Amino acid sequence: MISNLIDNEQIETLLSDVLDAHGYDFSEYSPASIKRRILRLYGLDNFVSFAEFRYTVKTDKQYFKRFLEEITVNVTEMFRDPSFYKALRNDVLPIFGTYPFIRIWVAGCSTGEEAYSLAIVLKELKLLHKSLIYATDINPSVLEKAKKGMFPLNYLKGYSENYLQSGGEQDFSTYYAANYTLAKFDETLSEKMIFSTHNLVSDHSFNEFQLILCRNVLIYFDKELQHKVFQLFDNSLEQLGYLALGSKESLDFWPKAKQFKRIKTEKIWRKL
Amino acid sequence: MAEALTPDKCSALVIGGSAGSLDVLLKIFPDLDTNISFPIIIVTHRKPGNDTLLADLLQNRTDLKIREVDEKEEIVAGCVYIAPADYHLLIEKNKTFSLDYSEKVNYSRPSIDVTFQSAAEIYKDELVCILLSGSNADGVEGLKTVNNFGGLAVIQNPKTAIMPYMPQQAVLNVKKGTILDAVDMADFINKLATK
Ligand SMILES: C[S@@+](CC[C@H](N)C(=O)[O-])C[C@H]1O[C@@H](n2cnc3c(N)ncnc32)[C@H](O)[C@@H]1O
Repeated sequence: MISNLIDNEQIETLLSDVLDAHGYDFSEYSPASIKRRILRLYGLDNFVSFAEFRYTVKTDKQYFKRFLEEITVNVTEMFRDPSFYKALRNDVLPIFGTYPFIRIWVAGCSTGEEAYSLAIVLKELKLLHKSLIYATDINPSVLEKAKKGMFPLNYLKGYSENYLQSGGEQDFSTYYAANYTLAKFDETLSEKMIFSTHNLVSDHSFNEFQLILCRNVLIYFDKELQHKVFQLFDNSLEQLGYLALGSKESLDFWPKAKQFKRIKTEKIWRKL
Repeated sequence: MAEALTPDKCSALVIGGSAGSLDVLLKIFPDLDTNISFPIIIVTHRKPGNDTLLADLLQNRTDLKIREVDEKEEIVAGCVYIAPADYHLLIEKNKTFSLDYSEKVNYSRPSIDVTFQSAAEIYKDELVCILLSGSNADGVEGLKTVNNFGGLAVIQNPKTAIMPYMPQQAVLNVKKGTILDAVDMADFINKLATK
């Protein structure tokens, strides 16, 4: 087991190299999970020594691209946590009905499954035409995939079950065209999306939104960094805007949480 | 497998199990002392969704506090923590939990290996890990790591397991450990607490 051999200092040195050479700061990520990601990659790519691994990460731009892709966890799903999407559909999005224009930020969107799910709900509520979904991630490679809107066909059965459980009533297969291995989602959905890199650690607020989704990203950050990101979201939310987090994440321990009101039992808060 | 000694001090107990393990857990919990001096962390394979079911079942059988883990939650002695469905459960040096939604390991999330390995690094020779009934080999690699860090690997006697494959694999592949019948587990845990 390699973790016996590589200590936390070696991980810290590697991360400080990454910051110096490439400008990405992982120092406030949850240590256990970032270490696990690094050791996983180190094991996968068969380096002769950790020193060689470190040197490659530091000096090889092409390899660093791979490092970034593999260190960030990009696992995602459409309509993950159906009850969450049900709450969006029934309790949150209808409130935007009277707004002239709806701006939504999906922060840490990964390969886009969440943004497409959201667009489907907006479309069914007849709100998509006046919506704009800003989908951002630290990792440029996942954004390239997200733009294409093509997802592995073998997952679609599960997604369609999630969709139905979340209160969807259409035939899910009308939203995509299937070939042998991929489902390509309708371009009327992606027309309303803007994809861009954005690093929650170092980049600033870039607009004001009525709704921000940031799900299963903050679990990778330590408490201090989480609080900084909450401040960034606060700066990026309109009065009475909504913030949605992952099913195990919470705003509760953030000092300014009192200025937000939780919606029912979901991880959705409204800015007061 | 060579017989192992119980540690001088136990700072954490992690229990992993898959198919057939609920049965054992439901037997253990009514007999546990309620003044246990370490945290108990439970990682079992189950479907996402009916999240609080396991916690509710166990809570009905003990006065120990049973909690489904929240991310960054502090690990407190005397508390029982359940890994939430669909996340890997990791332990940080500052004795808090991290959740990780990364690739499945052994087709499982949470994976028992992941938590055993993470706990081994943190609690070292003050760790006890128990592997229960199951039909895949998740947890076996983790027990090896526990061994390497000086912790104690405990394996349910495959003869007493509804699904013997998982404990069998552990008996075959883990160098040092203790084999226990399901009925003796509560007593074993209570004794750890007095150390
Ligand atoms: C587990 S995925 C979550 C995807 C989706 N939101 C969901 O819940 O299914 C986490 C995503 O966060 C992104 N991420 C990690 N660190 C980030 C950062 N500092 N800024 C922006 N995105 C980040 C990763 O690249 C990854 O795509």
